[in-house]
Amino acid sequence: MKLLLQRIRLPLASFVLEVDVELNRQVTAIFGPSGAGKTSLLDLVAGLRRPQSAFIQLNDRVLTDTGGSVAVPTRLREIGYVPQDLALFPHLSVRQNLLYGHKPGAAANHLFSYEHVTRVLEIEPLDQRAVTDLSGGEKQRVALARALLTHPRLLLLDEPLASLDQNLKARIVPYLARIRDEFQMPMLYVTHYLGEVEALCDEALVIENGKILWQGPAVDLLKKS
Amino acid sequence: MSGEEWQITWFTAWVSALSTLIILPFGLATAWVLARRDWRGKSIVETLIALPLVMPPVATGLILLKLLGRRGPIGGFLHDKLDFDIIFTWRGVLISLGVMSFPLLVRSTRVAFEEVSPRLEQIARTLGASDARVFCTITLPLALRGVVAGMILAFARALGEFGATIMVAGNIPGQTSTLSLAIFQSVQLGQDAYAFRLLGIAVVLAFLAVWTSELLLRRKGTK
Repeated sequence: MKLLLQRIRLPLASFVLEVDVELNRQVTAIFGPSGAGKTSLLDLVAGLRRPQSAFIQLNDRVLTDTGGSVAVPTRLREIGYVPQDLALFPHLSVRQNLLYGHKPGAAANHLFSYEHVTRVLEIEPLDQRAVTDLSGGEKQRVALARALLTHPRLLLLDEPLASLDQNLKARIVPYLARIRDEFQMPMLYVTHYLGEVEALCDEALVIENGKILWQGPAVDLLKKS
Repeated sequence: MSGEEWQITWFTAWVSALSTLIILPFGLATAWVLARRDWRGKSIVETLIALPLVMPPVATGLILLKLLGRRGPIGGFLHDKLDFDIIFTWRGVLISLGVMSFPLLVRSTRVAFEEVSPRLEQIARTLGASDARVFCTITLPLALRGVVAGMILAFARALGEFGATIMVAGNIPGQTSTLSLAIFQSVQLGQDAYAFRLLGIAVVLAFLAVWTSELLLRRKGTK
């Protein structure tokens, strides 16, 4: 994956998010305290916010270029997003949630098929359940599967384990590792837990008050900390 | 109930229902824009939409009369070009009911839309959904009870409309006479027994409408 996040400028309530980085590794951790601008950065990549200025390019495709008036609509970006609150559609069943953005013909192989994704994440038995009846870990896996089923070119994960207790976290991390390895899925992974960076990420950005303080291999961040 | 009472009740019910259905798409669009968009001067638009709620209905009726009458800009055009009249016809009743109940529909529906998390709509877009699909599959189903409650409130408001209707459509028996207008006229003529029968019908209709709305809102609250 090659992701250019350049000349990014987005005024927020108490600071201005200013980012200029190039990301080349498969899984990049965006690491920092709460309120540092991490979610806003993901929103910009997904096209959910309008920046003051930005040049965002994923592989060979320019997604946002305020200078050239390019702003690919969110629905056409092919970027999966699992927000912190998961945003499962409460009026739809698990199956309906999963199929909401599913593109059956988009995958050349069976990797992103409904059957394979639900098997990998072990949510096949939940198919007909209401999402409001699921446990925290089940909801997490359904949200991951729903994003994966769109066959995204990049997966944005916003503190996917933040709301889970330690036991559940330990159970979900291997699923995330499977998504990384089995689907070869590039990810931006927002977290403020070093353990998750260690388990899942190749590269890390440390962000605070909207500024990148440090960028480097994830192992170096662990040593540094 | 006599034939005349049936006719008045039936006319009032269907013209109220039809006016609610006609304003529904405009009400949904207006409520969605007010709930999801911000722009300079939004409060002026909000105030204009709410005006029929607070203005004397007769004053609203007078504005409609001036606009829709044969010498008005809209009514004159319709009369001259299409030989189509609104004032003192059932169409006048329909328009005055729609105008008077529109703010209630917008208010209730807007609250329902505001209660739907924008994050759900955003994530639906990341899943490839167009704005229209997001509205039809996420926003509207999640706001549905509020929308239906708003429709019932608008219907109930239309059932009881008097001031604007009498200005725009008059009170022509068999043509524009609604329950409210007929009650007023029968009291004026000293036909108290008849007025009370019509009053009973109006109370039952209004009770059913508001009760249904309350049930829907309660279900929404307990869900």
